Amino acid sequence: MNQPKGAQSISFGVSPYLLESGSVVGKKESEGPLGNKFDRVSEDDLFGEDTWEAAEGTMQKMACMLALKKAGVQTEKVRFLFGGDLLRQGIATSMGVEALQIPMFGLFGACSTSGEALALAAMATAADYGDYMLAVTSSHFGSAEKEFRFPLGYANQRPLSSTWTVTGSGAFLVGKEKSHVRISGVTIGKIVDYGLKDSQNMGACMAPAACDTIIQNLEDFGRKEDDYDRIITGDLGYVGQSILFDLVRKKGKDIKGNHMDCGILIFDQKTQNTNSGGSGCGCAATTLSAYILPKIASGEWKRVLFVPTGALMSTVSFNEGESVPGIAHAIVLEHC
Amino acid sequence: MKAVEAPLAAKERTEKAYEAYVKEKTPVRVLAPSMAKAFVTGGAICIVGQGILDYCKALGLDKDTSGSWCSLILVLLSVILTGFGIYPQIANWGGAGALVPITGFANSVAAPAIEYKKEGQVFGIGCKIFTIAGPVILYGIFTSWILGLLYWIGKSLGWV
Repeated sequence: MNQPKGAQSISFGVSPYLLESGSVVGKKESEGPLGNKFDRVSEDDLFGEDTWEAAEGTMQKMACMLALKKAGVQTEKVRFLFGGDLLRQGIATSMGVEALQIPMFGLFGACSTSGEALALAAMATAADYGDYMLAVTSSHFGSAEKEFRFPLGYANQRPLSSTWTVTGSGAFLVGKEKSHVRISGVTIGKIVDYGLKDSQNMGACMAPAACDTIIQNLEDFGRKEDDYDRIITGDLGYVGQSILFDLVRKKGKDIKGNHMDCGILIFDQKTQNTNSGGSGCGCAATTLSAYILPKIASGEWKRVLFVPTGALMSTVSFNEGESVPGIAHAIVLEHC
Repeated sequence: MKAVEAPLAAKERTEKAYEAYVKEKTPVRVLAPSMAKAFVTGGAICIVGQGILDYCKALGLDKDTSGSWCSLILVLLSVILTGFGIYPQIANWGGAGALVPITGFANSVAAPAIEYKKEGQVFGIGCKIFTIAGPVILYGIFTSWILGLLYWIGKSLGWV
């Protein structure tokens, strides 16, 4: 079984399946275009907790429980959990998944974490390290603003290129049991840094990484862009999307016809004051769970390239004058 | 050595080109309507201030005391509006019109106090209340100190 494919990809000999998923979002997300598709919506952005960080943890726990409940799988059956969030030391994940008591790997890939977690869960399943793996990630507007930008009450005007961190969590149960969605391959991204230093223009910081991973995926698998019904990036937003189109075109490909971006899908730019779109680990994860997976499961889309994008920004390195590096991982999802 | 330097220079060129390209691609706010909104918002805050000032004077207070009451009441109003999450909405519309007056400064102190309260009275509020206003206070005082020094030197030399 020759599973490594090309320079950066894996083509699974026996594909792991994406069995079930759970999505939990806050109030603003529930008012967006995908509002009625999420599993759980909370009117209270604190989710009954005292702090944003604990609220984010609670969302992760809820999302995991939802995915497990839907699949009818007991917590003890899950061999490993791969989880992460945007905060320092991944505190939301630690607080959230503690109650589940599943052996876990804590990840950081900024907003690309859903891709990183899914890739590792799929690899662990394909390697026969267990029957079930959980991949979970989250972001929270309150905790992200506090850590990366300003306190919520601070009065400022957000630049038009800025994005709005999604309050939400998505959890995915990966296993060997058959379902209608299989993970047939993954392409793991490299750090791509074009030297941009604008933390309020994440789309532009991440677009080169998204382009790099997409092109590499097509090359590794010997596919054309049309071989995918949809190529869906995580949170490039409107600004990042238009840059991605240009970068991909420079490489001689055109994805204008089948590209979508979770950050554009999740909010209504005109009425929700979200400028360039949604962002955060929760953006790609909840959109995958609530919007993309049902379409693949039903067969409306046969093959989708899911490409969560991460701006690996640290407030320390940013203040020290460093640029914002980007990364993107690609997951090949197929109807079966 | 040369082999390493050449790609580095090329990288710098690519980065500069990308930055210029991104700048071109990124939408910015149109200046005229933004300025009009800032003018209206800042003007409205100043009208409220003038109203307070005139009212205090009408009550028989002198100019300085009236001015102090005016600042005090504007700061209080801003802090209350920040607490209810209304002041950020005003700034979202009015931009610098809401940031520049004293009410903007009050907001920049009240917002961290509210946010970091959960991290405790000392390490939360105590350490972080001036995270936004701190630089303004530091460099404001420093600048006034420099100007004061220059004024003193000028005065001693009979220039002013």
